[in-house]
Amino acid sequence: MLACRKTFTETLLELARKDKDIIAVTTDARGSVTLGDFAEELPAQFVECGIAEQDAVGISAGLAHSGKKVFCCGPACFYVARSLEQVKVDMAYSGNPVKILGVSGGVAYGALGATHHSLHDIAALRCFPGMNIVLPPDAAATETLVRFLVDFPEPVYVRVGRAGVPDVYEGDFRFEIGKANTLLEGNDITLIGAGETVWHVLQAGKALKEKGIGARVLDFSWIKPFDRDALLKAARETSRILTVEEHSRFGGLGALVTETLSEAPVPVRILGIPDENAVHGCSKEIFHHYGLDAEGIETAALDFLKK
Amino acid sequence: MSSQALKLISERNRKRLLEVIYSARAGHTGGDLSCLNVLTALYFHTLNISKDQLSDPERDRFILSKGHCVESLFVTLESKGILPKEDLDSLGRYGSPLGGHPTSNVPGIEVNSGALGHGLSIGVGMALAAKMDGRQYRTFVLMGDGEQGEGSIYEAAMAAHQYKLDNLVAIIDRNHLQISGDTEDVMAIDDIHVKWTAFGWEVTEMNGDDMDDIVRTLDELHPGGGKPHLIISHSTKGKGVSYMENVAKWHHGVPTEEQYVQAIQEIESRIKEMEGTIC
Repeated sequence: MLACRKTFTETLLELARKDKDIIAVTTDARGSVTLGDFAEELPAQFVECGIAEQDAVGISAGLAHSGKKVFCCGPACFYVARSLEQVKVDMAYSGNPVKILGVSGGVAYGALGATHHSLHDIAALRCFPGMNIVLPPDAAATETLVRFLVDFPEPVYVRVGRAGVPDVYEGDFRFEIGKANTLLEGNDITLIGAGETVWHVLQAGKALKEKGIGARVLDFSWIKPFDRDALLKAARETSRILTVEEHSRFGGLGALVTETLSEAPVPVRILGIPDENAVHGCSKEIFHHYGLDAEGIETAALDFLKK
Repeated sequence: MSSQALKLISERNRKRLLEVIYSARAGHTGGDLSCLNVLTALYFHTLNISKDQLSDPERDRFILSKGHCVESLFVTLESKGILPKEDLDSLGRYGSPLGGHPTSNVPGIEVNSGALGHGLSIGVGMALAAKMDGRQYRTFVLMGDGEQGEGSIYEAAMAAHQYKLDNLVAIIDRNHLQISGDTEDVMAIDDIHVKWTAFGWEVTEMNGDDMDDIVRTLDELHPGGGKPHLIISHSTKGKGVSYMENVAKWHHGVPTEEQYVQAIQEIESRIKEMEGTIC
């Protein structure tokens, strides 16, 4: 059980020791992000902006424009709300290859309420041309991602959670960049997750398998650009598609799937947060409340298959 | 280059600016005219920017944070030989590479701008990168006075002070008018000298309508000292066209044929006078 934010910053620090152009920018969030070691060891590569997300994204854009490999790190909820215009104009529109690390995304700050939830980030950022969006599901995927992002010449939004998460990529599984990774093969129903829902989707898929139902499990953590071919293949080869996201049911993963399959005959069901401010609680409780955990997903899949 | 020669370039660019806006039937005429002298002085006297070194890491950086006044930057870049004439002739036409705000696909333009209050933060990032890399280039950011209402500017002002960015120069085009009227009626900023000084900046003021004063002020920017620089450039909205001066409606007004002819006559008569003096 490793926290993705910790894996992210440890990997970044390891790479930054050998590459002075790697810069970490933050907004009084070195603790939340786990950038304390980075700040202490490489102060010349660390830029503290204070509590000023708009400024942090703008400064990051200026640094990236000057050739720096910039990781702008802080709570996801603020970067995709307070500084949304800077993300739109100074990163996406201007093509400045800043990488935003949005930590404690989704409902990870569960008890703190809607100010600290980021359940709109995918919907908002999907509409910005040139923007990449990734929600790595576990520590191994996060490490692979960081190593890739350092020299990736495009703007990217990365959302991770807060607490430790179980491994999804173990044994022979490898998180492949830019692809929908197939975690379980099956031809009855396709279950699709992104970020922290991937593990729950995988557990549900395994439980369904034990009941004799062939569940295909896809990790769609690369939300943008997404793997259209894998989705179309699933639509051809399975009779149902169920999407599960730690995000509003509107404009996110489920929306992406239904938009893409609007002319396909396969029914799609979207599990996510309904049009309400999410309840208070820890991630586990909130996932359970909205049926986004393995149990809820299995129940929804069995119900869906009856229709 | 002498102030006299810079005045002539600026006046010729003023004429071209009117041509371009009249032809495109669009432009932020008033604010274009108020900052044209400053752009001329920057590009022909201060900045080490030329057509052949647009990607030189040591080039000075310029950001037009008041991006709606892009027409004045376009004519300056054209006169500098950076922007092709045919590109500027297409301004406002379907399929033109040039739009109503700066975009980095245009030669000589560093970043896309147009949403106000963004430029200074980007400039802080550029100036910080210069410090990190031990480079000598300077970063200049031109803002509007109406733009001073954007709170993000003051986040950037604090960061520039925190990181002692004495290689950063911000200029406020203080023409006193924004789209709805006098800046002091919309949201007063008349104590900007005090405010920016309090933010830890080295603040100077100049007459943005007077090329001699602009050149003197830019020349007197002392490198080092640990403080970022702010220049308040007192200017006239609509400068150089009599009926446009200090009239808010010319913020994005386009002249009629009759008005256009008058504007060109006024500018040409000054150009003629200057050419006579210089020759």
